Amino acid sequence: MSKKMIERDKHISVGTRPERMDAKDKVTGHALYGTDINLPGLLHGRVLRSPHAHARIVSIDTSKAEALPGVFAVVIANDLPEADDRTEKAGESTINYKFLRDNNLASDKVLYVGHAVAALAAKSPDIAQNALELIEVEYEILEPVLDVRHAMSDKTQVLHEQIRTDGPDGSGDTPSNIAQHIRHVKGDPDKGFSDADVIVEREFTTVPVHQSYLESHAATAVWGMDGTLTIYSSTQGAFLARRQVSELLQYPMSKIKVIPTEVGGAFGGKNPTYVETPAALLARKTGRPVRVVMSREEVILGTGPGSGTAITVKVGATKLGKITAVQAELCYEAGAYPGSPVHPGAMAMFAAYDIPNGQIDGYDVLVNKPRVAAYRAPGAPQSAFAGEQIIDELAQKIGMDGVEFRMANAASEGTERLDGSLHKSIAIQEILGVIEDHPHYNEPLDGPNQGRGIAIGFWDNWGARSSVEINVNSDGTVNLISGSVDLTGSRTTVAMQAADVLEIPFENVKSSMVDTDSISYTDTSAGSRTTMATGLAAVEAARDVLTKLQLEVSDMWSVSLDSVVYSKGVFRTTERKSENITFADLAAKLSGQINGHGNVNVENWAGAGGGTIVDVEVDPETGQVKVLRCTAIQNAGKAIHPGHVEGQMQGGVVQGIGWALYEGYQYDELGHVLNANLLDYKLPTSLDVPSVEAVIIEKPFPSNPYGARGVGETPIISPAPAIANAVQQALGQRIDQLPMTPTTLLEKIGVI
Amino acid sequence: MSNKRVVSSTINGQQVEFLTEPQQSLLECLRDTLGLTGSKEGCNDGNCGACSVLINNRLVNACLMLGIEIEGKDVVTVEGLADVHELHPVQEAFVLEDGLQCGYCTPGFIVATKALLDKNANPTEDEIRFWLAGNLCRCTGYDKIVRSVRLASQLMNDAKEGLQ
Repeated sequence: MSKKMIERDKHISVGTRPERMDAKDKVTGHALYGTDINLPGLLHGRVLRSPHAHARIVSIDTSKAEALPGVFAVVIANDLPEADDRTEKAGESTINYKFLRDNNLASDKVLYVGHAVAALAAKSPDIAQNALELIEVEYEILEPVLDVRHAMSDKTQVLHEQIRTDGPDGSGDTPSNIAQHIRHVKGDPDKGFSDADVIVEREFTTVPVHQSYLESHAATAVWGMDGTLTIYSSTQGAFLARRQVSELLQYPMSKIKVIPTEVGGAFGGKNPTYVETPAALLARKTGRPVRVVMSREEVILGTGPGSGTAITVKVGATKLGKITAVQAELCYEAGAYPGSPVHPGAMAMFAAYDIPNGQIDGYDVLVNKPRVAAYRAPGAPQSAFAGEQIIDELAQKIGMDGVEFRMANAASEGTERLDGSLHKSIAIQEILGVIEDHPHYNEPLDGPNQGRGIAIGFWDNWGARSSVEINVNSDGTVNLISGSVDLTGSRTTVAMQAADVLEIPFENVKSSMVDTDSISYTDTSAGSRTTMATGLAAVEAARDVLTKLQLEVSDMWSVSLDSVVYSKGVFRTTERKSENITFADLAAKLSGQINGHGNVNVENWAGAGGGTIVDVEVDPETGQVKVLRCTAIQNAGKAIHPGHVEGQMQGGVVQGIGWALYEGYQYDELGHVLNANLLDYKLPTSLDVPSVEAVIIEKPFPSNPYGARGVGETPIISPAPAIANAVQQALGQRIDQLPMTPTTLLEKIGVI
Repeated sequence: MSNKRVVSSTINGQQVEFLTEPQQSLLECLRDTLGLTGSKEGCNDGNCGACSVLINNRLVNACLMLGIEIEGKDVVTVEGLADVHELHPVQEAFVLEDGLQCGYCTPGFIVATKALLDKNANPTEDEIRFWLAGNLCRCTGYDKIVRSVRLASQLMNDAKEGLQ
């Protein structure tokens, strides 16, 4: 049934802009986030972190900390059972339970500054902090491996003795920091380059950036006398968090209840768990509720980030503007454990183009930095920074307009990507058309040292499993629950779809996110999937309600089921014109004992293309780049809530501006992070960015009832290369590294 | 541990006495001692503005003040803005203009906006962006926040006109 699109002249809720259901609680300070949870007898948990980037743990002595008055328990890795060396898909990333265990509490080695070594619970945060200093850890310091290219050399110290490169031609036979080598080949790249009239080649580098959700990681654990472990967690996926804790504690899922709190931002970074399991261990040991909340420094040192990268890329084209071949090498930092987003980075790099011949080699590289986590279109902003600058440079060399050159090479439905998949409808031409016609692209710049750049991007999105249940109340209102954590409004957008199918006012639907005991399995809120996939589950649940109500009506009127029709909130039968009953009256008659279930596994979803037009002004004396104007274009398929789509686009673009100009980890040669606070790790403020104009295109994805596509991730992909292209126009100098700080720019133009 | 002090102050219009250790920040006192968790901790070093509160009508980051410093002072947190049944116009504007996503920074923005509009009833976009530069938002890209502040300004001016 879900295969069929819902065709109506006018949707009842879908496409409108109702107030978000959680808005009033959030503007008044009443919404409860992970950091706000308080329970009677609560103890405060803190984590001891490694001061070294790479060291063997010789011994840990916790006795002095345990003896401090007010300290209730200390835990280390030995308090956890051994974990399976097994890797599973988790959102857009993967989780290996052995590595997850070591990342929660280091066992034999610490692999980055900030790596968790021990955790303790005390009656106050101050006592907990003081007690951390009493834990004595003896380290044998090892050489830190911080540079991705250096890490790949076979002469470099390895992080993990047991890791061999998993490569396209099988497994390597010596220990390596290259955990994986992937290769996509299409056509004949050598021939493609020999057919080219113009070839450009460059190397680009980027440093790790943090998702920088304003709410840090927080979990509160409490054990019941019946053995139930309850965890309040600021997580993207309650079921994903439960699975991780269950694996690490080797404890049955049925006895672990994860209650997702309001989440103060995540952007991919709250898929892995860090504090949930230590909190559970401490709560079990003390018999009291334990809350572990990270400080900002801990968030920066111990969680996320997005990969730093080194990317070389070469592209050839004919002088008429047809790309003949591409070749790229993508080296992505995984951090301390395997699992960088080099796969999606390689997927996205030239996905917007029809490339006849190409080869992409991707490397997942271990370095002594925190294990990376997904960050909004994981891997794509880095590869787009390289790819969309090379495309721009090639267009310049050929003497073509950037839009025209991209249009001449744009992918369309059926295009085979370099990774071998076939594109569904992707609307790249339409996006380029909007750019070409937009006033922003056509109005002249109005000052010296200004430049305008464009870039486009594509993200594949995700589908996966979602569950929704709808209970009809006797007054005709309905309650909807879903297993999806609401990160930025999905409670509202999912309810809108249910209201639309039920043909009742949106105000009559109350939607909530619930704990893992209350609904069946739902995948994590990631991959731009929630409004689309959980929305589909809501559509299914609403249809289930209507089917059941139609059965009740056919019984009640003794008419055939086929004759019962439902429209605009009223049931009728084609057998007798006189009979009719409203949704609310029927609900009253049935005392509200009607529910509907929607359990979907979305295996057919569509990616979304987007683009950015940006104007910058560069101060040649200070190297400062000011973003003057920015327009974002994106294909939403169908904007379920256009206001939310605009919000995703504007927010994603501003994160992209931060990545382009300000953000990045700075390390010393020993692997210490020099900017682990929000003063030195600079996020964009309201003063740094203009109001981003969001242009929504609606090219429906036919397999979704509303034509909806995911929208959350695509907006972050193209801002950095668009800004770099604009800076190039302003300065005549191409910037090949992120972030494009004043220092970087002044070095490039030879001022310093 | 017995060096706790009693602090008397007015918080959200109520006379309050509470115990604090001298090193505890105002933010800790509000959140942990007084149960006012609307003020959020984002950085604990004055860079994100999520803990913005008003002390004697002046906008401050609660993480940068000590609890003992509010002795005798008048404190307004995000919880003190709405009546029981009615949102403050600033809150109403953020709801209507959708000036929030995850909502974690929102209490700080609401309080900072109130402080701005109390000083300047008709701020320009530049003035809004300048004033709010001490508050970080990672979700919205600020456009809908700026629109919310403009609407709040309009709602508050309308209310004043209605009174006259």
